[in-house]
Amino acid sequence: MSLPKVNAVIVGAGAGGGIVAKELAEAGLRVVVLERGKWYTPFDCRKDSLRNQRTTALGNAFGPDDERHPRVLVDAQGRERILRASEGGYQNNAACVGGGTLSYGAMAWRFMEKDFRMRSTYGAPEGSSLEDWPISYDDLEPYYEKAEWEIGVSGDDSNNVFRAPRRKPLPMPPASPNREYEILKPAAKRLGLHPFDIPMLRNTVPYGGRPACMRCRWCVGFACEVDAKCGTQNTVVPKALATKNCELRTECTAKEILTDDRGRVRGVAYFDSDDRLREQSADLVVVSCAAIESARLLLNSKSRLFPTGLGNRYDWVGRNLQGHTYTGAVGLFEQETYDDLGPGAQIAICDYNHGNPGLRGGGLLCNEFIRLPYQFVAVRPPGAARWGAAHKEFMRKWYRRSMATHGPIQEMPVFTARVQVDPVVKDHWGIPVARLSGDKHPHSLELAAFLAGRAEAWLKEAGAIETWKRIPGPGLSGGQHQAGTCRMGNDPKISVVDKYCRVHDFDNLYVIDGSVHVTNGGFNPVLTIMAIAYYASDHLKKQWKGRA
Amino acid sequence: MKKTGKVRRRRFLKAAVVAAVAGPTIACQRASSPWRFLTVEEARTLEAVCGRIIPADQDPGAPGAGVVDFIDRQLTGFHRRHQQSYRDGLAGLDQAATALHGKRFADLPAKQQDAVLAAMEKNQAPGAAWKQLPARQFFDLVVSHTMQGYYGDPRHGGNRDAVSWTMLGVPASPIRGRAKYDLTKT
Ligand SMILES: Cc1cc2nc3c(=O)[nH]c(=O)nc-3n(C[C@H](O)[C@H](O)[C@H](O)COP(=O)(O)OP(=O)(O)OC[C@H]3O[C@@H](n4cnc5c(N)ncnc54)[C@H](O)[C@@H]3O)c2cc1C
Ligand code: SF4
Repeated sequence: MSLPKVNAVIVGAGAGGGIVAKELAEAGLRVVVLERGKWYTPFDCRKDSLRNQRTTALGNAFGPDDERHPRVLVDAQGRERILRASEGGYQNNAACVGGGTLSYGAMAWRFMEKDFRMRSTYGAPEGSSLEDWPISYDDLEPYYEKAEWEIGVSGDDSNNVFRAPRRKPLPMPPASPNREYEILKPAAKRLGLHPFDIPMLRNTVPYGGRPACMRCRWCVGFACEVDAKCGTQNTVVPKALATKNCELRTECTAKEILTDDRGRVRGVAYFDSDDRLREQSADLVVVSCAAIESARLLLNSKSRLFPTGLGNRYDWVGRNLQGHTYTGAVGLFEQETYDDLGPGAQIAICDYNHGNPGLRGGGLLCNEFIRLPYQFVAVRPPGAARWGAAHKEFMRKWYRRSMATHGPIQEMPVFTARVQVDPVVKDHWGIPVARLSGDKHPHSLELAAFLAGRAEAWLKEAGAIETWKRIPGPGLSGGQHQAGTCRMGNDPKISVVDKYCRVHDFDNLYVIDGSVHVTNGGFNPVLTIMAIAYYASDHLKKQWKGRA
Repeated sequence: MKKTGKVRRRRFLKAAVVAAVAGPTIACQRASSPWRFLTVEEARTLEAVCGRIIPADQDPGAPGAGVVDFIDRQLTGFHRRHQQSYRDGLAGLDQAATALHGKRFADLPAKQQDAVLAAMEKNQAPGAAWKQLPARQFFDLVVSHTMQGYYGDPRHGGNRDAVSWTMLGVPASPIRGRAKYDLTKT
């Protein structure tokens, strides 16, 4: 039996879903948010270097758990593996209220103007489904600003001569420089580059009723013990609940989106925290499960009228899965570089995001977040001993005398890099799981090699006595920066949602999260996801008013 | 809507009660067999292996940092699925040591131990055990678990007294999350 009808069901309380919940609830809609994960508070912020959202040696701290959420990965040779959620290759982000924003590094990047026009700027390389966005930077600018002020961003990008125009500065000043910043800044300048303070979704002064960051070592991958990191779980979600128009149901896992005989969306079937199957009917449904799970949910919503799932008439749902090819370099220094001032990453350059000769796009470069001792085990020059006395000596000598610079490559989307639903493997609730397959485009690897060289040059100029590059392999991207699986476009034949995130063929089904990205920029994606959520909510609210 | 804080506290109380009741029994078991999963012989071999992966010098090595305790604990916890690999792998390692140098691994001098491990790493260790479980795969497993135990959080049984952090010169922070007494989390 169906639960009493509400105006909107939002599936997923992450970056996108949290914002939509607040916007719709404040506009007076009755909203139910379903989130498969739990709601953690600062009291649950245990700083465990083996169990967090970045290092998962002993599991994911903020979900999903290993027991109930398998996925299938198909490699280049066609071999299938069933993966646990904390295993490499699973392409996890998070499962909790706030989604990735509870434990993220919190870099708050705006894309650049060209990032929305990649195809017309560079042309698509063979084997890539590269396309322009149907919206421009100018369309999103006011919403980037809204995200920066409502969720809270610190930093100072006024020295970033490459940045797209902004009307308002950031609401909070940057954190005081750490030692890496002091070393890398003059080096960048000597190279003729344009270093600046990374914008971060982190309080450097009290903001939004929460205190300032206390500069601890355990930031990226962890929840913040003083609640200084700004995510949706401590900003828009509480605001949505405060309207009394919004109900948040945690540990509730959506199974499928329900449609009626005429093909209109009528609600969501989900399993509640006691594994009971429920039906929530609603006037409209917003899918915000992050790129992999959003595609899975649409594909799993099969019926007589929609035998291949919703929005999938032209077989585009789940296609173009992309993330970021992270590339960079490590340098060893004579002087100490470590000062234990978290979060660590502070300085960036955008000199290589565009205009790299013979290449399409590029990526930002910045210094790394603090590398915890266990994470440093993986850091060593090629061929160096990974065990024994030499390993120990390396750790002792270089842990406090090393730096890494790196950045996310703007990837060329690939049609065959995709999410399907597995015909055999099911999760704890009997729902077919995501089946991932495909590779990176070779151009992404070419770009990665180029940018790693620039990262290395920066470290050398900063005085590194030994450096080496870290370039990833050709395997599928996704993970924390997953995007692209429900592409936004004007032509329903080659996209899944329209320019307002509405699924083609429906007037009451939306996808609002990283899935809609046509391309993913040479930047961490979350601020763009947030901006799109505000932008799409505005449209949704107008539609709703028009209806009423 | 559930806030996990509440649930956790409730579970914590329950866990505390269970621990108090079970306390003497556990102590009893430990007296007869000090390990949760490993046999005494296996633990001796494993300790010798860890001692070569991270040997003692001016700073404690992996055995001194409690890495065997870490691995043993995790073999009944998060790394449960590796139980059989340890059972077979440690036996295989002793067989390889005997085949190559005439003694069980723990009884060899350090140099010969390193030679056995190098053969494991190159997937060239002798023995039937490696048909099912490639020597290199088992060696990689032990190396990664040793690193986890040595450089990870002391709450899991390894990195005793934060020895590795002291070695690297990273101060232990006064606040590392307020829920550190929550026993229900692995
Ligand atoms: C350690 C870490 C560091 C990061 N650092 C940065 C950074 O510095 N800068 C940056 O820009 N980005 C960063 N990210 C990435 C960022 O968090 C993501 O880009 C962003 O959260 C994605 O937003 P989303 O709305 O698409 O999905 P999410 O935030 O992942 O939210 C999706 C939510 O939907 C829920 N869900 C999924 N399926 C279901 C279902 N069937 N039923 C109910 N609920 C469901 C999930 O549990 C999840 O909570 C980081 C992520 C991590 C984990
Ligand atoms: S570095 Fe600052 S924002 Fe990050 S977890 Fe620590 S106190 Fe919180």
